[in-house]
Amino acid sequence: MEMTGAEITIRCLQEEGVEYLFGYPGGAVLHIYDAIFQQDKVKHILVRHEQAAVHAADGYARSSDKVGVALVTSGPGLTNAVTGIATAYMDSIPMVVISGQVPTYAIGEDAFQEVDAVGITRPCVKHNFLVKDVKDIASTIKKAFYLAKSGRPGPVLVDIPKDVSAHKTEFVYPATVNIRSYHPKGKGDSQQIRQAAQMLLEAKRPMIYAGGGVVLSGAATQLTELVKLLGFPCTNTLMGLGGYPANDKQFVGMLGMHGTYEANMAMQHCDVLVAIGARFDDRVIGNVEHFAQVPRKIIHIDIDPSSIAKRVKVDVPIVGDLKLVLDEMLTVLRSSRQKPDAIEMGVWWKQIEEWRVIGGGLRYKNSSEIIKPQFVIETLHKLTFGDAFVTSDVGQHQMWAAQYYKFNHPRRWINSGGLGTMGFGLPAAMGVQLKHPGETVACVTGEGSIQMNIQELSTCKQYHLPIKVLSLNNGYLGMVRQWQEFFHGNRFSESYMDALPDFVKVAEAYGHIGMRIDNPADVEPAIIEALSRKNDLVFMDFRTDPTENVFPMVPGGKGLSEVVLSEDL
Amino acid sequence: MRHIISLLMENEAGALSRVAGLFSARGYNIESLTVAPTEDATLSRMTIVTSGSDAVIEQINKQLNKLIDVVSVMDLSEGEHIERELMLVKLRAEGEAREELKRLTDIFRGRILDVSDHTYTIELTGARVKLDSFIDAIGRDLILETVRTGASGIGRGNRILSL
Repeated sequence: MEMTGAEITIRCLQEEGVEYLFGYPGGAVLHIYDAIFQQDKVKHILVRHEQAAVHAADGYARSSDKVGVALVTSGPGLTNAVTGIATAYMDSIPMVVISGQVPTYAIGEDAFQEVDAVGITRPCVKHNFLVKDVKDIASTIKKAFYLAKSGRPGPVLVDIPKDVSAHKTEFVYPATVNIRSYHPKGKGDSQQIRQAAQMLLEAKRPMIYAGGGVVLSGAATQLTELVKLLGFPCTNTLMGLGGYPANDKQFVGMLGMHGTYEANMAMQHCDVLVAIGARFDDRVIGNVEHFAQVPRKIIHIDIDPSSIAKRVKVDVPIVGDLKLVLDEMLTVLRSSRQKPDAIEMGVWWKQIEEWRVIGGGLRYKNSSEIIKPQFVIETLHKLTFGDAFVTSDVGQHQMWAAQYYKFNHPRRWINSGGLGTMGFGLPAAMGVQLKHPGETVACVTGEGSIQMNIQELSTCKQYHLPIKVLSLNNGYLGMVRQWQEFFHGNRFSESYMDALPDFVKVAEAYGHIGMRIDNPADVEPAIIEALSRKNDLVFMDFRTDPTENVFPMVPGGKGLSEVVLSEDL
Repeated sequence: MRHIISLLMENEAGALSRVAGLFSARGYNIESLTVAPTEDATLSRMTIVTSGSDAVIEQINKQLNKLIDVVSVMDLSEGEHIERELMLVKLRAEGEAREELKRLTDIFRGRILDVSDHTYTIELTGARVKLDSFIDAIGRDLILETVRTGASGIGRGNRILSL
C-alpha cells in the first residue's frame, strides 16, 4: 500500500520504538502533524519553543539509553532548535531531529520560512540529510537512528521538504543499515589493552580519570570493578558524575575548574593516568602547558580517535567501546599474577589523604541568617537519599549541584557540560520526567537560567509533569558576577538583574505551586513539602546569598595545582 | 610542514562543504583543494594541500575520517607520491620577447594554447615548485593572468587509495 512521506516518517519512528516526539507544528510539517494525528503509538509533546523540544528530547536520551527525537518546522523552527542541537552535539547525545523544509521546487528562492537547515546545522551535528525523494525517507531515517546511537553518539538532522512529505510511495523499512564510509569500532586493540594493563600494574602513583563516555557507553559497572580491583583513586568529570559512586572512599571527587583539591593534585602528580571516555577539556585540565610540565604516562581509552592526542600527548591510545575495552582489560588484570605494589599504593593514598586535609573537602560557611546555595543542594540530597534525577542549567548553581549532590548512579545528573546552555534545565527535566514517571526529577536552576525557557512551565502543566524546580535566586548572573569580582575589579557589568518577576505568581499563573523561601530554617520544610506533592510541579524560589562564590577554583588559563581554595583569592 | 592529503568521499551534494567547513571551523590551513568525480560516479576524489605541526596534521586526518561522507583518507606526503598541478598563464608577448617566451615555454615543457597579437596563453603542468619557477623565470611584469588548479596527487607504485 502506498503511503505519504509524512505517514512513512511517523511509521519509521514507530519502527524505532519511539515513545515521545517533542515538537512544535508549522507550515512545512503540516503533513507530518496530520500523520501524527492519525495514530497513537508515538506520543507528541507540544512544547512552547523549539529549543525546549530539543532539550526535552536530550533529557529523555540522557536519562535512558534511547535516542531522543524532536520535530520542528522550517526556518525559525529550525533556527530555534540549533542551540538544542549544538548542546547535544557537544555532549555526544544520541538524537534525531526532523525538520520541515520548504517544497523542493522553492528551495533556493528565499521562500517563506526557508533556511538552509543542512548548512546551518552542519558544524553541530554528527551528520545531516536533506531528503529530496519520498522513496528515500525510510532508509534515511533508518540511517539517522543508526548514526545517532552508534559509535560516538550525536544528533542527526533529517530535513524533509513539504512536497516530499506529501508524495506517496510504498513503505519498506530496511532491516539493516550499511554505510560504507562508517564503521564505528567495537573492541579495542588487544595488544594495546595488555600494554595498558601492565602499565597500570607497575604504576606507583596511578589515577583513573573517567568522563561522560562511561555514562554513554553504559560502562559504569566495568569502571567500578576496575577501580575496586586495582585499588586506585578515581575522579569523574562534570559529564561523568555518577559513572563512579560518589559515596565510595576511592572516589576523590570531581576534578577541574571547580573540582576538589585532591582530585586536581592527584591528576597533576600521578605517574600513570588512565583517561576513560574523557577528553582533557580546558575546563578539566586547565592550562595544557602547565599540565604537560609533569612527566606522566597517559593511557587514553575513547570511542572517537579524534579525541585522543587532541590536547595532550598520549602514550597508549585505545580506540573502542569503553564497555568492551574495560571488560577485556578486567580479564587481563584478573588473569595476571602481578598486583599493584601495596607499599607504593600506601604511600600514594597517604599523599592523597594529605591533600584531602589541605583541601578541607568541599566546604562553605553555613548561616542562620541567609540561605547558602550549597545548603539547599545538600538538603535536597539528604531528602532524596541521593537518588533523584537532577537536571541543571548553567552557572554557579550547576557547579554547586555537581559538587554537593553526590551521584551514585549514572544517568541521574543531566546537565549541559560542553556547550554550557542556559535554559537547558527545565525542558531537559520534562524529557526525564516523561521517561521516568513516578521518580523524583529536580531541576536545579537560577533566576537567570530559568527565564531562558520559563515558558515550558506551560508544557509541564499540559502533560502533568511534577518536576521540582529549585531556583537559587541571588539576583545575579552568579558565575558572571564571580568572574567579575575576581578578574574584573568588582565591576559587575550587566550581571545584576533588576525587576525580576515574582516567581511564586509566575508559577501560579502557569497553574503550578510556587514557594518563596527566605530563611535557612525554611529550606528543609519547603523541600519536604515539595517532594510530598507527588503530582504537582513545585517552583521553589530560594533567596540565596548573593555574595557566595564557587570554590575551589582553578582560574581560567591556570594549571590544576594553581587552585584557589576559598575566599583568600 | 606541507602535507598532501588525498581522500575519497561520497559524490553527494554538500560533501565538499563538510570538508571545507571542517577546515574553517577548526582553523586548519588550506593551501589548495581540488575535487572531481572518479571512474566510479558515486565517489569523488579530493586532494587537499595543507600545512601544520604533526599534531595538527594528525587531527586533520582523524577529523576527516570522522566525517560520515568520507570513505577513506591518505596522507600522500607520508610516502612516495606524484603531485601535479595545471596552470594556465596569459602573458604579454610583444616584439622580440615573443621568441624568448616561446623558448622558455619549451624549456619548461609547456604548450602555447592561444596566440594573439599581444599575448600568449600557456599551459604548464608539474609540481608546484616547477610552476613557481616558470613564473619567476618569466617575470611578473609580463603576466596578465594566471589560473592554477591546485595540486592533485597519487601514490607511487602499490600505494592505492580505494574503498
